[in-house]
Amino acid sequence: MMKKATVTVQRGLAEMLKGGVIMDVTTPEQAKIAEEAGAVAVMALERVPADIRAEGGVARMSDPEMIARIMEAVTIPVMAKVRIGHFVEAQILEALGVDFIDESEVLTPADDRYHIDKTQFKVPFVCGARNLGEALRRINEGAAMIRTKGEAGTGDIVEAVKHVRTVAEEIAALKNASGEELTRLALEMRVPVELVIETKNLGRLPVVNFAAGGVATPADAALMMQLGCDGVFVGSGIFKSENPAARAKAIVDATTGFNDPKLLAELSRGLGGAMRGVAVAGLTSGDRMAGRGW
Amino acid sequence: MKQMKVGVLALQGAVREHVWALQACGAETVTVKGRQDLAGLDGLVIPGGESTTVGKLLARFGLWDPIRERAQAGMGIFGTCTGMILLAGARPGESEPRLGLIDCAVVRNAFGRQIDSFETELAIPVLGDSPFPAVFIRAPYLAAPGREVEVLATLEEKIVLARQGRILACAFHPELTKDLRLHRYFLDLLLK
Repeated sequence: MMKKATVTVQRGLAEMLKGGVIMDVTTPEQAKIAEEAGAVAVMALERVPADIRAEGGVARMSDPEMIARIMEAVTIPVMAKVRIGHFVEAQILEALGVDFIDESEVLTPADDRYHIDKTQFKVPFVCGARNLGEALRRINEGAAMIRTKGEAGTGDIVEAVKHVRTVAEEIAALKNASGEELTRLALEMRVPVELVIETKNLGRLPVVNFAAGGVATPADAALMMQLGCDGVFVGSGIFKSENPAARAKAIVDATTGFNDPKLLAELSRGLGGAMRGVAVAGLTSGDRMAGRGW
Repeated sequence: MKQMKVGVLALQGAVREHVWALQACGAETVTVKGRQDLAGLDGLVIPGGESTTVGKLLARFGLWDPIRERAQAGMGIFGTCTGMILLAGARPGESEPRLGLIDCAVVRNAFGRQIDSFETELAIPVLGDSPFPAVFIRAPYLAAPGREVEVLATLEEKIVLARQGRILACAFHPELTKDLRLHRYFLDLLLK
């Protein structure tokens, strides 16, 4: 008797991605460069976040034709993004057979109150979170993997650092919380108290937690790993840089060798320019993607 | 009984789950990222992960030859999923390097994409009568086994668990379950 799409199978794929780098790609050629560099998966999308930021307009799920061509081009898992709350975009990606769906604040939200009920899907989901409440709400809705939101398309790591530190501090604070406090926190975070207790007992999120939003250099990737992330998403940081193939490989190696400063010094050399980026501190609140999601 | 010292290859993948399982079985564990970490190991686990990634990192971290040499000198290896792929022999015309420590061909992503990943109760006679909770994630299987390969479990006639001497290759993920029998079986192989 084979049981498909169980929680173990969905969370299990995320466990297999640990210590790896997931790269945004917009063409089959870029997907092959990512695979050759050692990416554990690719995120297929029409525009990287930096371009979505620059061009504006409504950002939606990518053309299934383009996603399908990327699925044919590589043997590693392929992820794709849907708008927050847009469960029909998710149904389409599931029908297409993508390996992971990112319900992402980088796209324009389709629902201003609800996220997708991810328990209704066979394909596992990854969702962004800025704090423990967001992370646990997404897990309670069925997310098999969490990532920091960071601030996508900026090349500025400050928000991703803030989000991973916030989640870690909030989990640490659970350690000494009494039963009543846990009940109050669960109410505040709008999740079942059992999930809060599970998180307290584990001392970490019950699913894999990756860094995302602002990673542009091998040092950024190693920073997020040293801060306790399980792996790294790189969006605009690779294909908006001067030498994508060399930078992609260096970020993969830095994610594995994150604790070895000599190695990091070696592989950070001569990579050409990083993406130019935009400092998060200069953005107006309307330009910030991380505030999307509820 | 002598305490076994077992490394877990820590380039990428489900490293900590294997560390926990081995420790629960009483082994001393070491995470392996470089050649120096292989010293004095009785066994090595190659965990699940993304096989193309781990293959490239084995080259960049200079581990292909040291692992092969240590295995030829008697170190046991337990490979799960990606580990099974890396232990197999290279097929003609295939560009990805392999360790070639188990005399079999390997078929990658052989049960389909993630949407086809599954759990099942698998009969593994060497572990006793009760079936093993086997988690298959974009799993491979082995084919065309050589004479020295002992097939330990099959699913739909595909080889999903096999042994050659102290080399144990497994298509599924025992580290994602609480069943420690396969880790114990591997530790017993190291004593032989």
